[in-house]
Amino acid sequence: MSEFQDCYTVSNLNRKIRDLLEYQLIDIWVKGEISNFHHHPSSGHMYFTLKDGGSELRCTMFRMNNSYLKFKPSDGMEVRLFGLVTVYEKRGQVQFKVTNMEPLGLGDLYRAYELLKRSLDEEGLFDDRHKMKIPPYPNKIGIITSGSGSAYQDILNVLSRRNPNIDVLLKSVKVQGNGSAEEIVDAIEIFNNYDDVDLLVIARGGGSIEDLWSFNEEKVARAIFDSSIPIISGIGHETDYTITDFVSDLRAPTPSAAAELAVPQLDDLLSYLAETKNRLIRSVIQLLEQKWQIKDQLQKRASYQQPIKKIERQFEKLNILHDRSVKLINVKYEKWFQHTEYLSKQLLSLGPKQVLERGYAIPFNQSGEIIRRADQISIGEGFELKTAKGSLGAKKTSDISK
Amino acid sequence: MPKKKKETSFENDLERLEELVNKMESGDATLEESLVWFEQGMDLIRSCQAQLNNAEQKVQELIQNTNGAIDTKDVK
Repeated sequence: MSEFQDCYTVSNLNRKIRDLLEYQLIDIWVKGEISNFHHHPSSGHMYFTLKDGGSELRCTMFRMNNSYLKFKPSDGMEVRLFGLVTVYEKRGQVQFKVTNMEPLGLGDLYRAYELLKRSLDEEGLFDDRHKMKIPPYPNKIGIITSGSGSAYQDILNVLSRRNPNIDVLLKSVKVQGNGSAEEIVDAIEIFNNYDDVDLLVIARGGGSIEDLWSFNEEKVARAIFDSSIPIISGIGHETDYTITDFVSDLRAPTPSAAAELAVPQLDDLLSYLAETKNRLIRSVIQLLEQKWQIKDQLQKRASYQQPIKKIERQFEKLNILHDRSVKLINVKYEKWFQHTEYLSKQLLSLGPKQVLERGYAIPFNQSGEIIRRADQISIGEGFELKTAKGSLGAKKTSDISK
Repeated sequence: MPKKKKETSFENDLERLEELVNKMESGDATLEESLVWFEQGMDLIRSCQAQLNNAEQKVQELIQNTNGAIDTKDVK
């Protein structure tokens, strides 16, 4: 070959290569890992490199082919491609024209999960500011899970052990397979429309990533996000993190744990009440002691001043209050911390019933009002005396003193 | 039809109770006020305890009627 004759131009050579290669390798499968993935925004075509440990192949997948894909390809994804080898003449580049793409193994689910997680996260669906407060003392809890599953039984067991006061409303749903995500979405909406529960628990027992897949679906995530009832999720085991977990208001590692988080322990509530009672009693005792000291001081001061009727009346009032305080303070030396009933009795002792038990009686005039002054009724007028056990009729016969 | 949530729920009682105790612990109250609060507080504690001791878990299921309406069914 002479130096100048039969010399290819670049274009000529590339066309020659193309003629030799094209339609030689058609309808073939090739597998590898996607890298440099680019989905052209306006044309809708996909451009990427398929590689394995030793080599790379430029690939294109046109919109008419990629619009049917059920998953979103991305870098790192293991796929197998169907198509033909072509040559892009302009660049002298061998490339694979993809007509179909399939994910390899389970990798695609993990990647689809990662992708959705990333996009929802960027959208802000997982932000703390959207998390609703879990009501501390729900009256009724809605459960979304399979009514025949063990997760539901676990939840019921925990709820009745921790706090049997709280009612349960189940919406049984398919927790895996076709139509499952739709049922979960429906259930969330039904609970929101029905508006009878304070809290929702979405749960499912452990399983493979395919089993848990409904809880990674975007529609489920959006329904949870839109719910105006707070939601606790308990999906799978400790190590499983579903999209549902991220978007829920509170994530529990398992269904049982979700039930634990959903209701306060009855014993805790009872001891909280007991402690509150102690605080109440301590504060009233403190206050009484403090007022009593002031009273003492006033009395000392008043003793070298002219006794004034008003002060006397106040002392009288304080004396009465002091009597009540003494009763309460006496309680301090009893074991009232543990005994509600005892305290109730103490409280009752402040009431009229106990006073009557001690032998007092209350006079009522004929219109049923308490007679506080002797001149409230005239001589000859009848009245009623109420004692601890029964009442008796009486009549005013004289005025003993004005 | 959805039931209306109870007005005097346990949560409200607890909140009121906490409020009363805080007011009393602040020590600004008059003696008479605080005795009234004390008795109110004890009433609330009794009512809370009564609610807690009324332990009867009701379990129901939401079901769809043949006409598509949502209803509840007692399970337990």
